[in-house]
Amino acid sequence: MRIQVKVNGTAFESDVEPRLLLVHYLRDVLDLTGTHIGCETSLCGACTVLVNGHAVKSCTLLAVQANGAEITTIEGLASDGKLHPLQQGFWEEHGLQCGFCTPGMILAAHQLLSRNPHPTEAEIRKGLEGNLCRCTGYQHIVKAVQYAAEKAATGGQ
Amino acid sequence: MISESFEYHVPKTIEEALGMIGEFGDESKVLAGGHSLLPMMKLRLASPKHLIDIGRIGALRYIRESEGQLELGALTTHFEIESSSLLKSKCPLLPETAREIGDVQVCNRGTLGGSLVHADPAADWPAAMLAVEAEMVARGPHGERKIRARDFFVDLMATALQSDELLTAIRVSPLPARTGDAYLKLHHPASGFAVVGVAVRLTLAESGSIGEARVGVTGVGAKPYRAEETERLLAGKSPTAKRLEEAAAHAADGVDANSDLYASGDYRKHLAAVYARRAIQRAAERAAGR
Repeated sequence: MRIQVKVNGTAFESDVEPRLLLVHYLRDVLDLTGTHIGCETSLCGACTVLVNGHAVKSCTLLAVQANGAEITTIEGLASDGKLHPLQQGFWEEHGLQCGFCTPGMILAAHQLLSRNPHPTEAEIRKGLEGNLCRCTGYQHIVKAVQYAAEKAATGGQ
Repeated sequence: MISESFEYHVPKTIEEALGMIGEFGDESKVLAGGHSLLPMMKLRLASPKHLIDIGRIGALRYIRESEGQLELGALTTHFEIESSSLLKSKCPLLPETAREIGDVQVCNRGTLGGSLVHADPAADWPAAMLAVEAEMVARGPHGERKIRARDFFVDLMATALQSDELLTAIRVSPLPARTGDAYLKLHHPASGFAVVGVAVRLTLAESGSIGEARVGVTGVGAKPYRAEETERLLAGKSPTAKRLEEAAAHAADGVDANSDLYASGDYRKHLAAVYARRAIQRAAERAAGR
């Protein structure tokens, strides 16, 4: 089936098999390997991307379901060589060790801050409930999101 | 994990979808948000030859009030329910239940109708649907019919929906005066599903005693149910802690409880009584505050 999507602002048109998952489309067809595959069972959140502004687990979405959608992946956050405040937050607050969960974590946090720019710590933890990290114990991830929220509030975004 | 191959169909209207369901019959599955069906297809527990994606039928996605009833299109997502100001004021049990379902990403995609039709024995929605006596609206080749929540859930992952029908809407009545509701569950620590979940809608009489209580229970047995003995013991009684506890103790009477590695049948029945007591208590407090 022929699909058209806009990924990180660039339009793509591809012929795909209906059973192709969005995460495989992004990684294998468009070569955007920043989106990671973790559990493949909609639990770990490593494959989180934004589809029309909504955070989704791209292992549980067919590429054909995203036909016509605007998609944002981790590659689409930095602009003009400048990191997005969330990326800066993860950098400054050591929000990662191995980095495998980080792209999904950042896009889930992106969704959280777009709906709630000033989340409490509990709201941050609830917002990231669908993303698992096996390294950090989440403490630094929460701080990274707080850093980004503050940065956005003070005009850094 | 990749599913088996299938032909993909995208109907634009309910009529077109019904035509496809009729044409492809048992070889087809209807795809809504995909958060129950796609995992099953990836595990090859389901391998439909035809996948009918109703996700683009806008006429199935709405929350509205009409003729004194609240109506939700079957494709309304958990997030849309959680964030609906209409539902927060008129039927707060639904947003409260939505908040207890999966994570943000799942709630962005998962739909009320999809979850109900999937009829997972550990799903959250069935308890709430039973407590508010929801009506399911089904469309088939011979028109529309309504199915009461208590008739809808038939068995483990089986509903009263016929194979040529599509669930199009869910109707619930708004919260009456002096009425409170509540949904409480024990989350499975890994999956987040309900080990046991209890939803209650409780109305106080003018006198302050319990007029009517409806108690929906999920997670305990193969299908969700109304805890009728508990309801009977509450009716007409004053909502003291002792009375509530006595009534809640019967929340799993006569139920053949599920048993798995995490929770034995006896433990589930114990949880049903504990969560029923807490949910009834909370609903009664809320009813008194209205």
